[in-house]
Amino acid sequence: MKILVCISNVPDTTTKITFTPDGKEFNTAGVQFVINPYDEYALTRAIELKEAQGGTVTVLNVGEADTEPNIRKALAIGADDAIRVNIKPTDAFLVSQQIAHYAKEGGYDLILMGRESIDYNGFQVHGMVGELLGIPTIAPAIKLDVNGSTATVEREIEGGKEIIDVALPLVASAQQPMTEPRIPNMRGIMTARTKPLKVVEPVGQEAKTSVQHYELPPAKSGVKMIDAENAGDLIKLLRNEAKVL
Amino acid sequence: MSVLVVIECANGEVKKSSLEAASYGSKVAAALGTSATAVAIGDVQANALSSLGEQGVSKVLLDNDARLHDFVGAAYVKVIAKAAEQENSSVIVLSNSNIGAAIGSRLAVKMGASLATNVVSLPEISGASFKVRRGVFSGKAFSDVELTSDKKIIAVKKNALDIETSAGATATVENFSADLSDADFSTAPKETIKQSGDILLTEADLVVSGGRGLKGPENWHLIEDLAKALGAATACSKPVADIGWRPHHEHVGQTGITVSPNLYIAVGISGAIQHLAGVNSSKVIVVINKDPEAPFFKAADYGIVGDALEVVPKLIEAAKAL
Ligand SMILES: Cc1cc2nc3c(=O)[nH]c(=O)nc-3n(C[C@H](O)[C@H](O)[C@H](O)COP(=O)(O)OP(=O)(O)OC[C@H]3O[C@@H](n4cnc5c(N)ncnc54)[C@H](O)[C@@H]3O)c2cc1C
Ligand SMILES: Nc1ncnc2c1ncn2[C@@H]1O[C@H](COP(=O)(O)O)[C@@H](O)[C@H]1O
Repeated sequence: MKILVCISNVPDTTTKITFTPDGKEFNTAGVQFVINPYDEYALTRAIELKEAQGGTVTVLNVGEADTEPNIRKALAIGADDAIRVNIKPTDAFLVSQQIAHYAKEGGYDLILMGRESIDYNGFQVHGMVGELLGIPTIAPAIKLDVNGSTATVEREIEGGKEIIDVALPLVASAQQPMTEPRIPNMRGIMTARTKPLKVVEPVGQEAKTSVQHYELPPAKSGVKMIDAENAGDLIKLLRNEAKVL
Repeated sequence: MSVLVVIECANGEVKKSSLEAASYGSKVAAALGTSATAVAIGDVQANALSSLGEQGVSKVLLDNDARLHDFVGAAYVKVIAKAAEQENSSVIVLSNSNIGAAIGSRLAVKMGASLATNVVSLPEISGASFKVRRGVFSGKAFSDVELTSDKKIIAVKKNALDIETSAGATATVENFSADLSDADFSTAPKETIKQSGDILLTEADLVVSGGRGLKGPENWHLIEDLAKALGAATACSKPVADIGWRPHHEHVGQTGITVSPNLYIAVGISGAIQHLAGVNSSKVIVVINKDPEAPFFKAADYGIVGDALEVVPKLIEAAKAL
């Protein structure tokens, strides 16, 4: 089985988000970038499937050279090889075109992604890639098994889950509790250095959105403290002052 | 030209998030000098749809193919694309639910449209420019995005905008069919497992959430009882789900569910940045923590420093007396 895992490169979850003074760019100074946490579920599940059933795991990132440390990290966790499409990922459709093009070229049976990127929170790329390739997308997937040419996927729905049998090829996007994400071990880190990382040129390049401006939410005006002894007063305040009950 | 609103239904009713989408779509239609049409899919009858007139919708197309009661991406997309073509719609409005966002991304490719998900504002339209504000960086920031294609798809974040209601107005309901074939249902679920009785976390106006400060699952009844007394849904922090006190679909935060209720009550949760990312667009936040230095107090509107095991019973009592 040939599996493609798409990873995006995002600010570490503890990052305090700031922007350049003109509000046009995310301020990357001092920010540590990580593999998008949801994509770690996809990557680990892909490696588990490969270990159990044979095959290969390729990771793909659409991004500039500064994403390579995290691509190497994915190789250290257990992917076999990697592709980086050399373009800044400024728009979901632009990214999806790259992924669809190289996915088609590679002829993968399974394309795994994360539920959403935690920077631009699109929840878009998996659906767009599925549509571009004319194959189903199951998002968000909380469990995934493959049996021959069929996958069994559990999809989270509002207030429950559903179980779907679907023929490969397929795009699925992972979220917890799909599996326990792995961290690289020493041997993985050593072998990752020699695994192939191919840099390819972008195709298409048509963007359909453009970010004009970023802004931080207004600061909270301050917290009103209520004495624990009179905790019941809180309920009255919520009704009469905040008017939310 | 018209604005098309996608209406999700469950158990015979229009979801609240779809009422928000309808209200949003009508306002966009008014700004563009056109009308709003809705397309309804799912388990619903015509009589539950005519009241969408109250949100400014003039006409509702209903596809009541029973196979559409479960969400099936390809089939839904086909129905909506056909409705958009018939109505000559250049703007499509959906709710930013798992279903809405999944449809939106496929539809955007199919129609060659620009897509914005997680939208928190009405569009700013001037000449050919069409801009919306959306939540990014897991609720830690906003971005203003220009939708550059002629066709635009907007997925509206839940609870971000008010529902406008003009009482008594009705919409006409027309039957509609997209001639679906079996092949469109290749991802139909073979089984659906629903938790019954609970208020849906993603749809809830009020949420009571617990963290590791609850000490153990044996104390979870405090969260449940307070939620019940208020009519709220329950949620939890990530470690609480990781150690199995609660199921993972209740875990809110950067790697879990994002909620934006009117009221979020956090009990025994420290307020780590990853947790805040999932809740910081709630309208009112209440924090109950025995540690006065807990970071969550900085994001709170109301706070109580105290032991959850002592404070929450008092809240339950007061809530029951409302
Ligand atoms: C990549 C990554 C992603 C993450 N994603 C998420 C996420 O999506 N959601 C999430 O929630 N976390 C997430 N986390 C974890 C996050 O960093 C915190 O560890 C977590 O939110 C802490 O949960 P907690 O507040 O329940 O527990 P703790 O940090 O242990 O805090 C417990 C709190 O309860 C208080 N307390 C103790 N006893 C009592 C009592 N008797 N009465 C009242 N208060 C009491 C304590 O003072 C403390 O503030 C993530 C972490 C990482 C690294
Ligand atoms: N630049 C990128 N390169 C590779 N994969 C990406 C990129 N951006 C997003 N993805 C994948 O698409 C998923 C959904 O992203 P998004 O639509 O941006 O929320 C992510 O979890 C990744 O798996």
